[in-house]
Amino acid sequence: MTEVSPGYFLALAGLLFTIGVVGVLVRRNAIVIFMFIELMLNAVNLFFVTFARMQGNLQGQVLVFFVLVVAAAEVVVGLALILLIARRRASLDVDKVRLLKW
Amino acid sequence: MAAAVIALPLAGAAFLLFFGKRMSKASAYIASGAIALSFLSGLILFFRMLGEPGEERSFVMKVYDWVNVGGIHGNGELLLDPLSIVMVLVVTGVGTLIHVYSIGYMEGDPRYSRFFAYLNLFCAAMLILVLADNLLLLFVGWEGVGLCSYLLIGFWFEREVAAGAAKKAFIVNRIGDFSFLLGIFLIADEIGSLSVTEINAGAATMGTTLATVGALLLFGGATGKSAQIPLYVWLPDAMEGPTPVSALIHAATMVTAGVYVVVRFSPLFVAGGTTALTVVAWIGALTALWAALMAAFEYDIKRVLAYSTISQLGYMFIASGVAGYSIGIFHLVTHAFFKALLFLGAGAVMHALAGETDMRKMGGLRRAMPVVGLTFAAGWLAISGIFPFAGFWSKDAILAVAWEQGEYALWALGLLTAALTAFYMSRMYFRVFEGDLEVPEGIHVHDAPRTMAVALVSLGALSVVGGFFNLPGVLTLEHFLAPVLGEPEVPHGVIAWALAGAALVVAFAGIFVARALYLQPEGDARRERLEKTAPWFVGAARSKFYVDEFYGRAIVAPGKAFAGFCADIFDKRVLDGLVNGVAWVVNGVSSKGRHVQTGYVRNYAVIFLLGVVVIASFMFLRVGV
Amino acid sequence: MGLNTPEIELLGIAPEIALVVGALFILIVDAIIGEGGNKWHLWILSTIALGVSIFLAVQAWGSNELQMGDMIAVDGFAAFVKITLAVFALLTVWLSRSYLHRDGIEESEFYGLLLFAVAGMMLMASAADLIMVFLALETFSLALYVLVGFRRTSLTGQESAMKYFLLGAFSSTFLLLGIAFVYGAIGSTQMYGSSAAGAGAQGIATALVSLPAGEFTLLVIATGLLVVGLGFKVAAVPFHMWTPDAYQGAPSPVTGFMAAATKLAGFAALIRLLDAILFPLRGDWRPLVIGIAVLTMVVGSVLAVVQEDLKRLLAYSSIAHAGFVFTGIIASNDRGVSGSLFYLATYGITVLGAFAVIAVLGGRDERRTTVDDFRGLFYESPLLAGALTLFLLSLAGVPATVGFVGKLVVFGAAVEAGYSWLVVVGVLASAVAAFFYLKVLVVMYMQERQEGAEPATSGYGGLATGVIGLAALATVALGLYWSPLIDFAERATFFFSAGG
Repeated sequence: MTEVSPGYFLALAGLLFTIGVVGVLVRRNAIVIFMFIELMLNAVNLFFVTFARMQGNLQGQVLVFFVLVVAAAEVVVGLALILLIARRRASLDVDKVRLLKW
Repeated sequence: MAAAVIALPLAGAAFLLFFGKRMSKASAYIASGAIALSFLSGLILFFRMLGEPGEERSFVMKVYDWVNVGGIHGNGELLLDPLSIVMVLVVTGVGTLIHVYSIGYMEGDPRYSRFFAYLNLFCAAMLILVLADNLLLLFVGWEGVGLCSYLLIGFWFEREVAAGAAKKAFIVNRIGDFSFLLGIFLIADEIGSLSVTEINAGAATMGTTLATVGALLLFGGATGKSAQIPLYVWLPDAMEGPTPVSALIHAATMVTAGVYVVVRFSPLFVAGGTTALTVVAWIGALTALWAALMAAFEYDIKRVLAYSTISQLGYMFIASGVAGYSIGIFHLVTHAFFKALLFLGAGAVMHALAGETDMRKMGGLRRAMPVVGLTFAAGWLAISGIFPFAGFWSKDAILAVAWEQGEYALWALGLLTAALTAFYMSRMYFRVFEGDLEVPEGIHVHDAPRTMAVALVSLGALSVVGGFFNLPGVLTLEHFLAPVLGEPEVPHGVIAWALAGAALVVAFAGIFVARALYLQPEGDARRERLEKTAPWFVGAARSKFYVDEFYGRAIVAPGKAFAGFCADIFDKRVLDGLVNGVAWVVNGVSSKGRHVQTGYVRNYAVIFLLGVVVIASFMFLRVGV
Repeated sequence: MGLNTPEIELLGIAPEIALVVGALFILIVDAIIGEGGNKWHLWILSTIALGVSIFLAVQAWGSNELQMGDMIAVDGFAAFVKITLAVFALLTVWLSRSYLHRDGIEESEFYGLLLFAVAGMMLMASAADLIMVFLALETFSLALYVLVGFRRTSLTGQESAMKYFLLGAFSSTFLLLGIAFVYGAIGSTQMYGSSAAGAGAQGIATALVSLPAGEFTLLVIATGLLVVGLGFKVAAVPFHMWTPDAYQGAPSPVTGFMAAATKLAGFAALIRLLDAILFPLRGDWRPLVIGIAVLTMVVGSVLAVVQEDLKRLLAYSSIAHAGFVFTGIIASNDRGVSGSLFYLATYGITVLGAFAVIAVLGGRDERRTTVDDFRGLFYESPLLAGALTLFLLSLAGVPATVGFVGKLVVFGAAVEAGYSWLVVVGVLASAVAAFFYLKVLVVMYMQERQEGAEPATSGYGGLATGVIGLAALATVALGLYWSPLIDFAERATFFFSAGG
């Protein structure tokens, strides 16, 4: 089994993170935006795991679990907030939510 | 005891602010009582001080531990010395009289007790300012008087102009305060102390440049508070406040705070070599002349007095700039007397004429209101510098000390201003009090009510005899102040007499010109009559007319045009514009900039990301990847 | 080969534990008691929990050690922040009681979430491991997202919660990315590094000493990302965009709490990171933070000038104040660090007081929060107007209020560190800021009340009045006699300053 250079993993993680950022910026559906944020979190997880392998210790892999738990908690709160708005406005379009400005 | 001087009016203010609503008339007596008691405490301190030998008259009283932060330590300490006690007596003395005057003047105002609360608060802040031995405490007083001034200018805030004037005063003073604060920081950083006494003691150890910069920054604050070029623009507008306020704050006390600061920190100004003092003197001289010019072409009785105040403050700065500190203070004292008197007199006139301030609609009021007329005349002669009224002695002393320092240009400017002063004050006096009785329709003119008369007469008396506090040769005030401020160098013998004579001559010249020009309406009327009844007299009248015309074309018109230019273009556009411009720019940027906040959450994310990108690229560049 | 169990020491996080237990207890008790009744037990229990928490935080005063596998720092700095946070929370609880009771939305969840948030913030102050910073930050953020949207039926409330949530989640990914980079750089996320030698005992501080200078590349970039993530929480420009919207839509007590406590928690982590751990790298982060500070001071002050809504105005003002705190951090000397703490503590009290006045005057459903609604307030309720005046003057930094002292201390520290020009910018910004505080004062004192306007105050409890009174008292008392609190802040940071 050939060793894959960690550089590839880092590049992949970076790519995922960038896709996440772009997605957040271009999508208008609140749920989709939130999913892209989750993608960014998972990209960071990939960073952690890759770095763990490069550093030769397990701490990075442990950290991934923390991130997963936090992400799950975030989903609970986030979806509740988004649902509240969706129910009231019958739309998930974040661009229509701008009573507060200037 | 020194703390009591401050605490009394402060307590009065606090009491009235909270409970004043339920009492009307009583509040005036409470406020006046508080300030009068404060004056008494000041007197006791003064006489106690007189019992000490000269060198032991300065002491610092620690009221409480205030701050001890890192290198900066400052305590709630009051500095009691001849200089501060003189200021205390002026503030509380004139303050008491103006409180008494206000009892009658403000009668019937819906916010009667609030007015007195503010007045008391002002006095407390002013006393903190003059008694503080700590720059921070001094700054508290400095901001406090500014705040009260602002509240009182806008006291009748229902009138839009009043609210606008209050805002203008606040903003212009912020500019000065900014400079003042920078000065405090600089000095505190350099000397490592905020104590006035320690700063003055250590001023000599500061570098010349640093001392100059520090002194000029403090002076920048003084130009704001004392309405000097270029920050004088707020004072004429400040006349929208009730007249007792103009008398107390914008003539006798607060506006002199700048002079007090310059005098108080005279060792610092001296440590900077000649630069700082020269700037002070020249700004003072130019302001004095400039404001006198403006006053000569103004018709609003209070605005004339405002310009006159600016001009007289200029004199005080001239005195300080040529190292005649105690003479500056002397003029400060006499000015407090006669200018407060003039304002209160003007207030009495307005009171009688239902708020009219246009001099063109007045005339011959001396017979209708003899007390006001007589006391106003005393103030007029005092400010014009007529022997032996108060203003003569102090103004002459300033001109003399400028001459002795070899500053002949300053002396000449001062002399010119003195002539102009006599001219515009006489113009005012003749228009308002002499000639035929002329009042707006439907008004029954009455003399000042009793409380107002008491204040007028007291100040009138002080304007007559105030100069005797510092008679040449006796020099009571100068000797008293000498332990703090040193003795100024003044000319002696023939020169002294000649200088005094010159000052007197220009004063009379000013009055004479005013008389020729402004008792003229009678002449006009007579000429018209003669023209009809005796045509042979017309030629002579015509020629007189030509003289007038010539005079008008050659002197008055250019003068008027120049003053008009000064007033309209420079004053309103450039200086006002500068102040308003800053506000306008900030406002504009703000109203444009707010639209960045679009309300679209995704736009927020874009800006966030921009920040991240900039920071990341910066960090990458930094580590050279 | 026995199992190596770490020693369990709980003193470091005892205040947090007390709060979490208290919060759970409140939720359970309320479930048992059920609907109806006056619900006074909610605020009483919260008060008790916070009181216990303060007591426990005081116990840790004076120690200086790492606990829980070097994840938790128990030191004076943490104790100071925790005590201050608990005080903020106490004021918020009392104010909220009046507010929620009046608006009929008093529920146990509010108090539970508030206590959870405070626990998270406290953890932030003593976090000695970056992952702990992340967990603490998420703990209080998640609670705050819900609190911001607590007026569930209000459209603006929902909107502000959603914006805060989306941007908050977005920003924490960047923080996490920064943490990942730190891990990639040194193989650990610990800040200090263990005193006990051995593998995995590496921390940022020890790495900066042991690693050769060339290997800091990743660490420097990570520093930038950490500043981004934490800068978001303290509302630093350009990561401030959520602030005006969230502050305006949130219930006023929550807004006050966020302005006071979130800022303190975020800055506590920033101060520990920048001024203690990353002090050797100051050459790298200083220019960055200076840029942020200047932007924050200027943008906050300038954009506040034209705001019509008082809550929004104070939101911008809170942005500007974050900039002023940054000047103390940039100085990164003893006075700067203790001065920042002092500034945050006193600013928090003042701003809580201001929002308390707004909460009281805003009326049911916060219908009156624009500046115009405060016209002639002084003639209707002089005491409330007086208190608000005091708070605004303090925010403007007028002498004899505590706001002046705070500015004096942080600006003084910056001058000492040779950043006089930064202070000039700060003073200019606060001069601009004086404009808009003045605007509010003018409206309160110099304009007539609108015809037919509702009475300014309606049905607020004695608790809210007490909060306003306490805050006003503190604002003046500390403005005149500040030495004890400064001393306290100085001793809190005594062991702390790495190189200062």
